[in-house]
Amino acid sequence: MKPASAEPPVAEAEPTGLPWFHTWRGVYVFVFSCFIIWVVLLFALTRIFS
Amino acid sequence: MSPLDFVVLIGSMVGIAFYGVWRTRGHRDLNAYLKGDQNIGWATIGISVMATQASAITFISTPGQGYQDGLGFVQNYFGMPLALILIAAVFLPMYRWLNVYTAYEFLGRRFDAKTRLLGAALFLLQRGLAAGITIYAPAIILSTMLGWRLDLTIILSGLLVVIYTVIGGSEAVSLTQKYQMAVIFGGMVTAFIVLLVKLPANFTDALTVAGGFQKLEAVSFSFDFKQRYTFWSGLLGGLFLSLSYFGTDQSQVQRYISGASLRESRLGLMFNAVLKIPMQFFILLLGVMVFVFYQFEQPPVFFNQSAWNQAVKQDSGGQLKSFEQKFDAIHVEKEQWIHSWLDAKHSGNQEAATQARAQALAANDRSDAVRTEARTALAAADPGVKSNDADYVFITFILDYLPHGVIGLLVAAFFAAALSSKAAELNALGSTTTIDFYRHVFKREASDDHYVAASKWFTFFWGLVAIGFALFANLAENLIQAVNIVGSVFYGVVLALFLVAFFIRRVGGTAIFWAALAAQALVFILYFSLSISYLWYNFIGCAACVLFSLILQAALGSKTGPAPAELES
Repeated sequence: MKPASAEPPVAEAEPTGLPWFHTWRGVYVFVFSCFIIWVVLLFALTRIFS
Repeated sequence: MSPLDFVVLIGSMVGIAFYGVWRTRGHRDLNAYLKGDQNIGWATIGISVMATQASAITFISTPGQGYQDGLGFVQNYFGMPLALILIAAVFLPMYRWLNVYTAYEFLGRRFDAKTRLLGAALFLLQRGLAAGITIYAPAIILSTMLGWRLDLTIILSGLLVVIYTVIGGSEAVSLTQKYQMAVIFGGMVTAFIVLLVKLPANFTDALTVAGGFQKLEAVSFSFDFKQRYTFWSGLLGGLFLSLSYFGTDQSQVQRYISGASLRESRLGLMFNAVLKIPMQFFILLLGVMVFVFYQFEQPPVFFNQSAWNQAVKQDSGGQLKSFEQKFDAIHVEKEQWIHSWLDAKHSGNQEAATQARAQALAANDRSDAVRTEARTALAAADPGVKSNDADYVFITFILDYLPHGVIGLLVAAFFAAALSSKAAELNALGSTTTIDFYRHVFKREASDDHYVAASKWFTFFWGLVAIGFALFANLAENLIQAVNIVGSVFYGVVLALFLVAFFIRRVGGTAIFWAALAAQALVFILYFSLSISYLWYNFIGCAACVLFSLILQAALGSKTGPAPAELES
C-alpha cells in the first residue's frame, strides 16, 4: 500500500469546480440545507393530510 | 408475460451485461481490475453508489411498505446525508491518500494485522449473507408471480451477473450500473404515470384518501423506542447505519475510491446525499398511490395470489373462499363511503365528509381484520407460506393493470436492480478476499496478473456461494427489512473500528480487537433478547465497541497511535 503523496490530504484544499460553491464547506452546507428542506416538507405533508 | 415483455426483459438485461464485458475487454492490471484505473467521473460514481444500495428489494418491497405502512419508512434515510458529508470530509481523503484497494487495509495500517482481518471477516460474513438475499428476494417473488421455476430464475440471473463481474471487474460493474439505473428509473416513472392515469380520483383527492387512512405520516417525533421508524431512530440509527455502510462496507468504498480524483469521488457521494431521500419518498409514494388505487378497485384478499389459489383448491371446507366473499363485500361498502367522503368534501360539507371518512375507516378496519383472519387460516393450511404479503403488492398491480411491454420493462427494472447491487457485492467480496486475506496472509509477493486471476476466482467463488445460499434461503421478514437487520447487527461494530481509527489515537490494535469481539457478542445477545427497532443496534454496537476499547486501553496502559502522516510507513 503506497500513499499517493507524502502527506495526508488537507480535506478542504481540493477545489470543488462548481459554479456556486467554491469551498467544500459550502457544498456540505448546501447538502445539509436540502436535507432540512426535505424534513420540513415531509413534516408539512404529514400535518396537512393527517 | 407476453412475447413483447420477454423481448424487453431479455434484450435489456443481456444487452447491458454484454456491453459491460465488451467495453472492459482486454488485459487489465490489478489497479484497473479492482479500481477501474481510477478514471471514473462523479456522475458514474454517484449512480454506481446509488445502484449498489438500491437492490431489487428496494423496488419490489418498498412500494409494499408504502402500501402497508405509508411513508414512515422514509425516515430510515434521514441519517444518510449527514453520514455522507462526514465520509466525504474525513474517510474518503484518507482512503485516497493511502491508495488502498479495500477499506480494511486502512485498519491494518492504523492498528494491526488482526484488526484488519477482523474488519474484513465481519464484512465477508455479513455481506456474504446479504449477497444470497439480493438474488433470492426478486427471484422468489417473480418466480411465484410469473410461474417461473425458482431455481432456474436464481441460477440464470446469478450466472449472468457472475459472468460480467468476473470478466470485467470494477469498471464493468460501474458501467453496467449506469444503464441498469436508466432501465430502473424508466420503469418506475412509467409505472407511476400509468398509475396516476388509471386512478379514478385526481391527485389531490388521492392524497386526501391516503392521508385519511394515515398513509402520509412521513415524520414522527415520537420517543417510543418500540416504534420502528421515527425521526430520532432514523437520524441517529440511520446515521450510524449509513456511516457504516457507505464508509466501511467495501461494496460501497470500492465504488467511490475508483473516482478520477478526490473531487469526483466527493461529488458522487454528495449526489446521493441530495437525491436519496427524494428517491425513497417517490418509491414509497408509489406504494401509497397503489393503496389508493386499490380503494377504488377490488384488491385480492392475499397478494401472493399463487399461494392463495393453491390453498383455495385444497380447502375442501370452503373457509378461504368465505374470507374472499366477506372481504369483497366490505370493499364495496368501503368504496361507497370513500365516494361519499370525497363528494362531501367537494361540496364543502365538512361534517358529512368527517362522518363518511369515519365510516370508511371503520370498514377498512373490518377488511384488515378479515385479511388477518385469512392470513392465519392460510398459514394453518400451508405453514410454508409467508403470511406477510407486502412484497407481492406492487408486482400484483403491475401484472394486473399495466400494458404489455411496460410489464416487461418493470420486470427488467427489478432484474436490473438485482444485478447491479449483486455485481458490486461480488466485486467487493472478491477484492476483500484477494487483498485482505490471500495477498496479506497467504501469498505476499506475486505478480499483478496472479492477483487479478486470484480475484477473478474469488469473485466466481462468492458468486457460487450467493447462488447456493439463494437456492436454500427461506426468509420470514419483509425482504428489505431482512437485509437491513442483517446489516444492523454487524455494522455498528465495524463502524466503531473505523471511528476509533480516525478519531481516538490513544486506542491501539489489541484493545480495539477484543473490544470489537465483546461488542459483537453483546449485540447478538441483545438482538435475541430485546424487541427494539433494529436500527438501534447500529448505535449500540458502535457505542459499546468504542467504550470497551477505551476501558481496555486504560487497563493495558496508555498508548498513542500513529498520526495520519505516520500511516504510510
